Amino acid sequence: MALLEIRKVTRRFGALAAVDEVSLAIEAGEFFTLLGPSGCGKTTLLRMIAGFDLPDSGAIFLDGRDLVGTPPEKRPIHTVFQSYALFPHMTVSQNIAFPLKMAGKPLDEIQAKVKEALGQVHLEDKGGHLPHELSGGQKQRVALARSLVNRPRVLLLDEPLGALDAKLREEMQIELISLQRDVGVTFVFVTHAQSEALALSHRIAVMNEGRVIQLDEPSRIYGYPVNRFVADFIGKCNILEADVVEASSSGVTLQVKGLGKVTAPPREGAKAGERGVLALRPEQVRIGAPDSPHDLKNHFTGRVHDLLYIGDVTTYIVELPNGTRIEALLPNSAPGRATFFEAGDAVRVAWRHDAGSFLRD
Amino acid sequence: MTRLGPGTVTRWLVTGPPFLFLLVFFALPSLIMVVASFRYPGEFGGLAPLVAVRPGEDAGITTENYGIFFGDWIYFQILLKSFGIALLTTLACLVMAYPLALLIARSPRRHRDFMVLLVVLPFASNFLVRVYAWMIILGDQSIFLRPFNYVLAHAGVEPLSLLFSRFAVIVGMVYVHLPFMILPLYTNLEKHDPVLLDAAQDLGANAWSRFWRVTFPLSLPGVFSGAALVFIPVLGMFAIPEILGGKDDWMVGNMIKEAFLGTRDWPFGSMLSIMLTLAVLAVAAAAAWLARKGTARA
Repeated sequence: MALLEIRKVTRRFGALAAVDEVSLAIEAGEFFTLLGPSGCGKTTLLRMIAGFDLPDSGAIFLDGRDLVGTPPEKRPIHTVFQSYALFPHMTVSQNIAFPLKMAGKPLDEIQAKVKEALGQVHLEDKGGHLPHELSGGQKQRVALARSLVNRPRVLLLDEPLGALDAKLREEMQIELISLQRDVGVTFVFVTHAQSEALALSHRIAVMNEGRVIQLDEPSRIYGYPVNRFVADFIGKCNILEADVVEASSSGVTLQVKGLGKVTAPPREGAKAGERGVLALRPEQVRIGAPDSPHDLKNHFTGRVHDLLYIGDVTTYIVELPNGTRIEALLPNSAPGRATFFEAGDAVRVAWRHDAGSFLRD
Repeated sequence: MTRLGPGTVTRWLVTGPPFLFLLVFFALPSLIMVVASFRYPGEFGGLAPLVAVRPGEDAGITTENYGIFFGDWIYFQILLKSFGIALLTTLACLVMAYPLALLIARSPRRHRDFMVLLVVLPFASNFLVRVYAWMIILGDQSIFLRPFNYVLAHAGVEPLSLLFSRFAVIVGMVYVHLPFMILPLYTNLEKHDPVLLDAAQDLGANAWSRFWRVTFPLSLPGVFSGAALVFIPVLGMFAIPEILGGKDDWMVGNMIKEAFLGTRDWPFGSMLSIMLTLAVLAVAAAAAWLARKGTARA
């Protein structure tokens, strides 16, 4: 039995279904992520799990027990809020002690647990400080310690890294993973940042317009997006309109707008005449001199229209003679050499017959 | 050489006038009052001359006024009673204003301004008219009191009389000063981040704990400023005890008013006023000391 089960949950605001018949089963100890653009319903779903909002229909079960009649303060589910929501009039220690006090724990146990929690988030010497004396990352850690100190069954995290700068965010991601592993609490993480979701999660539910579009492990979400929305939302992707010319168990042949015939991996249920898109990750596209030898089935020549040097990689935007643009990614593994090609250079882009995928809209 | 930058000039232009105003209309008069409290009263009000013009006339400097104050227990008693009434009024205002301020602060934003307008609306009518209205409401012929007394009469109990009593004074005081408690409380409560209450609830706090552990401690600055805005004016108030109170309900404000306008003993009135100021300062200092001790321990 799953620890947290969401069964056909719907929540409407007026005519809009913010959450539309969502069903999910989250296992104990899992790092589960709800990923989607703003307004996709992920935060509404989170608030319903926490108990601040109730489903119009459907139910949420914790350990097989329906949570509908349990108010937020009685649910063994805690939330880390995006703005941290630390109590400004309490010290760090008092903040962390708050849930223990509410649970009526004896004073010596509270002191011992607060001390342990401070150690876990590396804030041993900050116990006496007030929240406004802390940096953003420290506040984040206090919020985490406070929500975890009395070991909830589920910890909900509502875009907790959104307010941090990029470098700190990466540090906190690593800390989050090790913290979750150490305390063994089930995490339900809400974010619109796909890289965060891919880096942290055991499983991801990609949401859009109140529905779960795809539920899978990060590598499968990235590698095998089920439709155009997921391919476009997760990572970078070349998306080109395409019609199926021929479909078989060994692959599909597509007539791609602006490219012509392209071979793609087989797609279940694809039929000749079907419309959709060819989704191609930039790192799947090889880029080389027009006369370099190759044995790839899909290849086109064009010119480098623009390039973006990012440090570890360079993104080339290649324009074909008919105006179609394709992004290709090249790692800069050799030091000192920033670019292999300059804007205007003639190049050939090519990809394997099993790269890319045909997706329905 | 120090150069007068444009910032310095602006600073003086901004802080100068209020500084000058307070100097002329607050510091100087206070000083005059201190001096007046050590002098003899003039024959028809005002102060007696410093040098006797006629033989046998009181003139010069004296500590007689303070002697009277400390010589008779009654003045201290009245001062103490005034503090008691002010404290009771402040507490009653706090208890009544807090739920209302909370209600306004948690109402939809578009309704708040209208509700605040309703709170200050009584100021649109004259202060005395509002106090006299309470004479009608609390009087023996009051439509609120008559049915009640009718029942009492049938039960053979003495009819209830509310007017000209300590109760009537406190009712009037609370009524007049309630907005001064509501407004600072509302201004404070309105700024609270609602996510803090969500967080408290999420971490296991029920409604009672959420109020006493989050809302109330965060509202303390509003409570303190509201309390000061009610306590200090009530302490010096003379009109309400005079209109609604009985013979025993004189407050220190009535004594000061009587000294200046009744017996025309300006030095005695000045002395009472200074004692009142000193007493208020002592209370404020004690409150500040207690507050600091409270935060140091926490």
